[in-house]
Amino acid sequence: MMNLRELYQDIILDHGRHPRNFHGMPGASHFAHGHNPLCGDRVTVYLKLDGERIVDVSFEGRGCAISTASASLMTEIIKGKTIDEAEALFKSFHAKVTGAEPLAVPPALMEDEERLDPLTGVKTYPARVKCATLAWHAFEAAVKSGAVGATVKTE
Amino acid sequence: MSIVSNLRPRVLRALDPRAIRRDFPIFERNPGLVFLDSAASAQKPRQVIDGVAEYYRTDYANVHRGVYRLSSSSTDQYEKAREIVRRFLNAESTDEIVFVRGTTEAINLVAQSWGAACLKPGDEVLLSDIEHHSNIVPWQLLRERIPIKLLSVPLDATGGFDLAAFERLLSPRTKLVAIAHISNVTGHVLPVETVIRMAHARGAKVLLDGAQAAPRLPVDVRALDVDFYAFSGHKTYGPTGIGVLYGKRALLDAMPPWQGGGSMIETVTLEKTTFLEPPHRFEAGTPDISGAIGLGYALDYIDSVGRDAVREHEEALTGYAVQRLAALPGVNVMAAGQRQLGVVSFTVDGIHPHDLGTVLDQHNVAVRAGHHCAQPLMDHLGVVGTARASFGVYSDETDADALVAAILKAQEMFRG
Repeated sequence: MMNLRELYQDIILDHGRHPRNFHGMPGASHFAHGHNPLCGDRVTVYLKLDGERIVDVSFEGRGCAISTASASLMTEIIKGKTIDEAEALFKSFHAKVTGAEPLAVPPALMEDEERLDPLTGVKTYPARVKCATLAWHAFEAAVKSGAVGATVKTE
Repeated sequence: MSIVSNLRPRVLRALDPRAIRRDFPIFERNPGLVFLDSAASAQKPRQVIDGVAEYYRTDYANVHRGVYRLSSSSTDQYEKAREIVRRFLNAESTDEIVFVRGTTEAINLVAQSWGAACLKPGDEVLLSDIEHHSNIVPWQLLRERIPIKLLSVPLDATGGFDLAAFERLLSPRTKLVAIAHISNVTGHVLPVETVIRMAHARGAKVLLDGAQAAPRLPVDVRALDVDFYAFSGHKTYGPTGIGVLYGKRALLDAMPPWQGGGSMIETVTLEKTTFLEPPHRFEAGTPDISGAIGLGYALDYIDSVGRDAVREHEEALTGYAVQRLAALPGVNVMAAGQRQLGVVSFTVDGIHPHDLGTVLDQHNVAVRAGHHCAQPLMDHLGVVGTARASFGVYSDETDADALVAAILKAQEMFRG
């Protein structure tokens, strides 16, 4: 088993304690609820889209340090990106945390991809992988559902 | 620290967990393991592991079928296990002991057979706010077939079953009270004797979910005068996949089968089938023979340790753990009413139960973290989840000490 500090790196503890973009969004164009029935964690991701571009993103909810930090980092990283860029980041992140075949991202996104690396420590804690991906699943569901909202479960 | 040293001898007096631990191979294979999740499933003594293996090696054949010797001796062992269960519960007859997969299946059986046959629209079933999902969902499924009403008895300020509220909720419409004997979340021991007396006075039947109580305290179904009692083999140091439904003979007699198949019929023609008497009426198909036999070994094991000793040991250990946890700054122990046994739930300020569970695991301390299949109770407590430590015959105060030390490490890491 790896060292605990590799799982709970300072940046994760920091984002877990002081999540960024942690609020509702009255004028959201898209939103979705994410729910992990296994642990009861809940997150709601709000998006303001201008065409393909994510002009604003925020989240609300309650969860563990990993899921809160993951949601917080996600909002920082995908703000200003296009939906395709955000999806590409999620796909590569998902492959990393589940131990699947690595997926390359376009060079322009490599720096953002690396910012997610502190979260990839969950791959040696199978029970915790869903904590790290919950907000991203909610983001995907929000894009698909539009202003009517949706609920996505990690199970 | 004087409190600690005063408590220790009492913890050790009832039984010797260190000696008992030698009966459990898991501790040999996992040195340093601090196992505090017996409420989810207990570890298995070699008497169970070896007994089941020996049965497969020497006596295995299907039961209630063959005329050959091996099948008869297999049947004998299976039925002997039923007698061990009867004795364990002090039931009047083995006819009242139905083998099922576990507590969940036992409750589903009562809901689908007794419930569907005996409940009418408008009838009320009383549950409580402390119930495991397995004593909520079967009744909700029944409600979809028959418009019965489900009411829940709240908890009082001490986290105990609120008897005054219970009395107010009891009515001539109450047909069944279905509650836990011991809460799987807080360890609260419900006042079941009083509940049963009050329910019977109103003509209602009582089902007890004994999943947590059966491994922890002596259960006498006749002294309790309980109508149905359910428990799981794997929480009583036996195999998974086996459990018990006790039902009073007169109730079981009047209940229709809930699953059809072999082993439960008297005669079958394509037009009409007649069914066997209980308990076989409720045991369709080849049963979990080795599971039942293993359960027999497990219950014999508990008896050999002594059921009063187990209760005394877990009571003292639970008290010790609660005292140590409550003394930690930032740790909140969930209230458990007047009596608490074998289980303690807590939260740590600023640390989500799952993060805590991961950190404790890193220190070799196995606890359960989450909602413990009791979401209504989590809502009542106003928490997303808790961390839960639970004890078994092999647990001792060093396990509680290791838990406290690991919590301090977690607090250190998440402080900031």
